[in-house]
Amino acid sequence: MELNITFAGFFSQVLVGLSRAMILFIVSSGLSFILGVLRVPNVAHGSLYMIGAFVAHSVATAVGGVSGFWLALVLAPLTVALISLIAERTLFCHLYEREHLMLLLFTFALALILGDLTKMTWGADYRSLTAPPFLQGSVSVHGTAFPRYNLFLLAVGPVVAVGLWLLTSKTMFGKIARAAAVDREMVGAIGINVSWVFALAFVLGCLLAGLGGALVSPTVSITLGMDHTIIIEAFLIVTIGGLGNIWGALVGSLIFGITQSIGVLILPQFAIVFPYLAVVVILTLKPTGLLKSVW
Amino acid sequence: MIADIVRSRAFGQNALLLLVLLLVPAVAGRFYVYILAVIFVTGLLAMSLNLLVGHGGAYQFHHAAFYGVGAYTAALILVKTSLPAWVAFCAGPIAAAVTGLIVGAICVRLNKLYYGMLQISLGSLIWIVVLRWYSLTNGDDGIHGIPMPEFLSSATGIYYFVLGVVAVCLALMYLILKSPFGATLRAIRDNPQRCEAVGINVRRHQLLGVVVATFFAGVAGVLFVVLEGSVFPDMLFWVLSLEILIMCLLGGWFTFYGPMLGAAIMVALRTFVGSYTDYWTLVLGIVLILLIFFLPEGLMSINLRERIRQRGRRASMKAAE
Repeated sequence: MELNITFAGFFSQVLVGLSRAMILFIVSSGLSFILGVLRVPNVAHGSLYMIGAFVAHSVATAVGGVSGFWLALVLAPLTVALISLIAERTLFCHLYEREHLMLLLFTFALALILGDLTKMTWGADYRSLTAPPFLQGSVSVHGTAFPRYNLFLLAVGPVVAVGLWLLTSKTMFGKIARAAAVDREMVGAIGINVSWVFALAFVLGCLLAGLGGALVSPTVSITLGMDHTIIIEAFLIVTIGGLGNIWGALVGSLIFGITQSIGVLILPQFAIVFPYLAVVVILTLKPTGLLKSVW
Repeated sequence: MIADIVRSRAFGQNALLLLVLLLVPAVAGRFYVYILAVIFVTGLLAMSLNLLVGHGGAYQFHHAAFYGVGAYTAALILVKTSLPAWVAFCAGPIAAAVTGLIVGAICVRLNKLYYGMLQISLGSLIWIVVLRWYSLTNGDDGIHGIPMPEFLSSATGIYYFVLGVVAVCLALMYLILKSPFGATLRAIRDNPQRCEAVGINVRRHQLLGVVVATFFAGVAGVLFVVLEGSVFPDMLFWVLSLEILIMCLLGGWFTFYGPMLGAAIMVALRTFVGSYTDYWTLVLGIVLILLIFFLPEGLMSINLRERIRQRGRRASMKAAE
């Protein structure tokens, strides 16, 4: 096997990996937040991501142009948030005391239902969305062409990370949510409606899944089954980062994105194996994840 | 112990059931014979998982990986070598158990959700390799038209082979669960700390449990090859793993036959509801949610509750006398 890696090729692959990592981070930080506060391994997270992508496609094509794109970025997460709010208030809120295995299977049931509802609404066809003109084409970075949209993702990722960090550590809601995660009864005893805190936390996490779906929609083909791959990746990222730790989700996503893009350079056919190998190595060495888990 | 089992009422019932199942191909059409065989294979897979989840309390989240390893091992030996078929049939479960030993050795150091997560990543690693190694496994096309020995050429022959192997496996599983080892597994499920304190090597018992369960998963994989004559990478995908967990939930975690019942329900739903509508998983999802809300110990628990109630009534009547 001949390795023929130029610096420019390496650099652009790493940038591609980083922008992929941003999508993974947005999705997995939502999953991690739900795991941290509610202790629910939410398998339906992937389905919400898929719904986000489909809604974004519908909105962007219906409205059209630049405003359609921005509107899609707003409406897709909101739609997903509404769906998750309904699911939380009618079903989920009765089940928090159950063991993890039951919650896992419950969210899988929800994923099955959402998957079929998506099929009913949008059909089984492949769809694709083009980015608005100002995000099309590519710019030259260090002599290599780099898609503009990926740069846009590289800008959005850190904004979401900082926003989420401010929300969880600086606001009243974040503090209450973290306290409720540690001791639900105590928080309830001082007069806070824990049930609604949990509902809001769940909706916030799901909103991030919808945002991830909307952001990824111009870069992939939107299809049924995209939920299956993202959820497994998000789960692994959350695990290697440390369950419930937002920064852990960021570290995990970066590892996932970069190992895959380096894999493309070394062994293209098995590129997708590299992140999984990284996960195995990390969990063998540090079974509870790289950063401190909130559990 | 064996003599006690043979004298028991349950043994008689099972023998009768086996007799009825032996007579099925004489009266039922080919399609129903095939569906029954599918149920047996899927049920064996679900019951092997339940050894760990229901009886062992381990979060075995990616059991399908071992099923796939067993199936692919048998299929590759049958297709790529000229070794006799029985070698392939034995190699499948052994390969699954060895994989189980390696994966288990890495996983059992962890607890609960982390155990499950590590297993999903290791299982997905196997899945990805099978999916991408085109020259060996044909990638996502899978392997079709796997040659079978003479006695497995007819639908009835396949049915009897599957029935025989599954019956032997269930008997073995029953004996394992009845043995001191099975009792230790249940004790670890209920209270690992106390088990540790009385000197049981918890990790080693769990690892042995994983090896035994993955062996039976491998048997189920081989039977799938016999039944379908093909293998494909979806057999190792994590969605199947969750589906098997659902079968255990449907039938009941804490019963012996529960997962078999769950498998029968899943296969029936897929076959009969699936022929009416494309949306059978929607039906499955709704059934599952209802079950989780109202009957979290599975369908077999209806019967179980009734029995406990009767026993309680009898006891109180005796006390009144």
